[in-house]
Amino acid sequence: MTILAFLIPVTLSMGAIGLGVFFWSLRSNQYDDLSGDAERILFDDDHPLLAASARLSNTTKETAP
Amino acid sequence: MSGIGTHPQTCSGDQLQVSSREWREAEARAGVRLLANGQGHCVLSIPDLRCGGCVAKIERTLNARADVVTARVNLTLKQAVVTFADADTDPTCVISALALLGYPAIPADVAQQDEDDTDDVGRGLLRAIAVAGFGAMNIMLLSVAVWSGAAGETRDTFHLISALIAIPVVAYAGQPFFRSAFQALRMGRLNMDVPIAVAVVLALALSLVETMRGGEQAFFDAAVTLLFFLLSGRYLDHLMRERARSAVSGLARLSPRGAMLRQPDGTLTYMPLSSITPGAIITIGLDERVPVDVRIISGSTDLDRSLVTGEAMPVPAGFGDTLEAGTLNLTGVVEAEVLRSADGSFLAQMMRMQSEAETGRGTYVRIADRAAQLYAPVVHLLSLATFVGWFLATGEWHTAIFIAISVLIITCPCALGLAVPVAHVVASGRLMRMGILMKDGSALERLAEIDRVVFDKTGTLTMGTAAIGCGPGDPALRTAAKALALKTVHPAARAIAMSIAEQPCQLDDAIEVPGFGIAGCVGGRAVRLGRADWVADICLQAKGKASPVCAFADGPAMSFDLIETLRPGAVDAISSFAEAGIPVAMLSGDIAARANSIANQLDIADVRSDETPADKIAALNVLRDAGHRALMVGDGLNDAAALAAAHVSMAPSSASDAGRTAADFIFLRDGLDAVTAAWHMARATARIVRQNFALAITYNCIAIPLAMAGLVTPLIAALAMSGSSLLVIGNALRLNRAAKPRPMPMPRAGGMEVPA
Repeated sequence: MTILAFLIPVTLSMGAIGLGVFFWSLRSNQYDDLSGDAERILFDDDHPLLAASARLSNTTKETAP
Repeated sequence: MSGIGTHPQTCSGDQLQVSSREWREAEARAGVRLLANGQGHCVLSIPDLRCGGCVAKIERTLNARADVVTARVNLTLKQAVVTFADADTDPTCVISALALLGYPAIPADVAQQDEDDTDDVGRGLLRAIAVAGFGAMNIMLLSVAVWSGAAGETRDTFHLISALIAIPVVAYAGQPFFRSAFQALRMGRLNMDVPIAVAVVLALALSLVETMRGGEQAFFDAAVTLLFFLLSGRYLDHLMRERARSAVSGLARLSPRGAMLRQPDGTLTYMPLSSITPGAIITIGLDERVPVDVRIISGSTDLDRSLVTGEAMPVPAGFGDTLEAGTLNLTGVVEAEVLRSADGSFLAQMMRMQSEAETGRGTYVRIADRAAQLYAPVVHLLSLATFVGWFLATGEWHTAIFIAISVLIITCPCALGLAVPVAHVVASGRLMRMGILMKDGSALERLAEIDRVVFDKTGTLTMGTAAIGCGPGDPALRTAAKALALKTVHPAARAIAMSIAEQPCQLDDAIEVPGFGIAGCVGGRAVRLGRADWVADICLQAKGKASPVCAFADGPAMSFDLIETLRPGAVDAISSFAEAGIPVAMLSGDIAARANSIANQLDIADVRSDETPADKIAALNVLRDAGHRALMVGDGLNDAAALAAAHVSMAPSSASDAGRTAADFIFLRDGLDAVTAAWHMARATARIVRQNFALAITYNCIAIPLAMAGLVTPLIAALAMSGSSLLVIGNALRLNRAAKPRPMPMPRAGGMEVPA
């Protein structure tokens, strides 16, 4: 039964990690547009995506301070 | 009688036209919010957004623009969030770029979008669901071990771990229920959250005591799973209201945010409504809504007052006339003196009347709370009786308390708590697909129990636009009339132009005299279209004819017959209410002749015309005092208070801002069949809710005797509670099939027409 002393903390910490990840995703607005995000996976324009992400990182740098 | 040359409009028209465009740009710019880093933030509502393809197209176009930093489209809310490099950017160029792509967009309401950014309630509920889910999973894992035979120290350890998980989980995830139950109790009322909170807290307390004593049975899993189920129901309910709210805020705003103010040095500047004081001079351009109550000091025009007073036909206005806030300026630019500030305007008065009228409805108690008022005392008394019975029978107060609390746990209104919201969420999803927005669940309950229907006339039973019944037969006059009518946006002229199929003839020197009509020359001969007494200046025959009249100088005069168009489906909607034995009445602000002719067409016996907003409220209060529950369908500013006073209310999406705020339901399509569709849906939902209550009560009839006999173990409690919840949810999902909409009747070409 000593295995329980090991397994139960493992179970609980796995659950807690999942909970933490959910809170993080909620805070970073990932549930604001469920139907839109489902479609975004089909967009295949790599070039604008790169440009957009580069621009996005620029703006976040500007807004951060 | 005002001649053309002496009219003030004709000289300064161009300059004022420019001011009108400036106003439009300033109005759009008011929708841009300044961010901390100097960038502008604007939320555009795009109702025609359909799929991922639209999202990709819009984002690619907007992100390619130089003035846009980022654009992100939200498909769920049908909105685009655009960040401009410069806060002073004019969003109208973005809007026109979107229009070129085929997506008409409108700036979303500033006040609304502030709330959007922080949907705290929804986030809080989601967080609570996650915590409850985490707790339920882990505790259930330990409970299954206990149920399958863990004993002795292992069981005690498992109970202890469960307790350590359950206490913080209940303390966090139970808050929405504890708060609502506490509020209800403080007001001396009972709602569904009271028995829920009592059961959860007692289950936790009992299990804690059992754990400390090393007892066999603990209900930690039941308490936490219960919270998880109920929070899911509550979140769905919240999501439903949130979605309807964002769809309503996506409708074009009708009342302006500001006006062009004439400064002492003669220039025009855009000022927000809050800084416009009585005595100031403002300019109101073409196709603008009057922002505050004003008196015209120069210029003349035609006004569409249909949203304000219910009058179907435009009325002319000139020097000295008073305009109420909310009227639409059609044909001429006017300068006007502000009579009252925005707070004291006609619009604000209507808002006050509306909030007073709403208090009458405040007494409505939702069906779930009505059930709780019966249910909670019965269950709590049964539990007390169980305690007394077992104490007398065994003399052991510990056993007695344990069994009494297990009665409370097993009767915890999980199924009852889910019975109503789940059905409402399914129904609201279906209604939304039919183009009907529902503000909240209680509206659906109220709509199901109506026994009277009251319609407004203008804009509700009829379309806002006029049509021509029969026009003049003379070909020369017809082509001239068409040419003249094409020169203006006046609704009557638009209708005339539509009704004449011929090509317009060559027209020279066309000039519009707001409030009177249009004049021009055809082949050197003067021709006029407009008010009869004004056309009579050039043609004696026109005197005394019904307006509008078209005539050549000294030639024959021909009168056009203006009629109102019924909304498609109006006849069917009225007759299906009549078939169901629900009397239909009409309250109109328009003159008796027009009201009666519409009523005759639709077979409505109970007609009241020339009704002021106060008359409408009074009529609805009389109905209420007589014990009737009335559905009010209306669109105008003058209906807003009546919409709030009625038991339940509906408005078309073309309604005034105030009307849309006041109404419980908003239908986005033209046809009045939306009213009957919503009513059928409400009745189907009420039936499902009743079935759900019956299921929940049946479950309790089986569970309570078992619990009172002391036969309930935590395993049975967990199975019974989850089982009953799933049963209720499954039954509610039947609504998706149960009320398939009947095939849409073919809309009659052009609707039915009746003389105005």
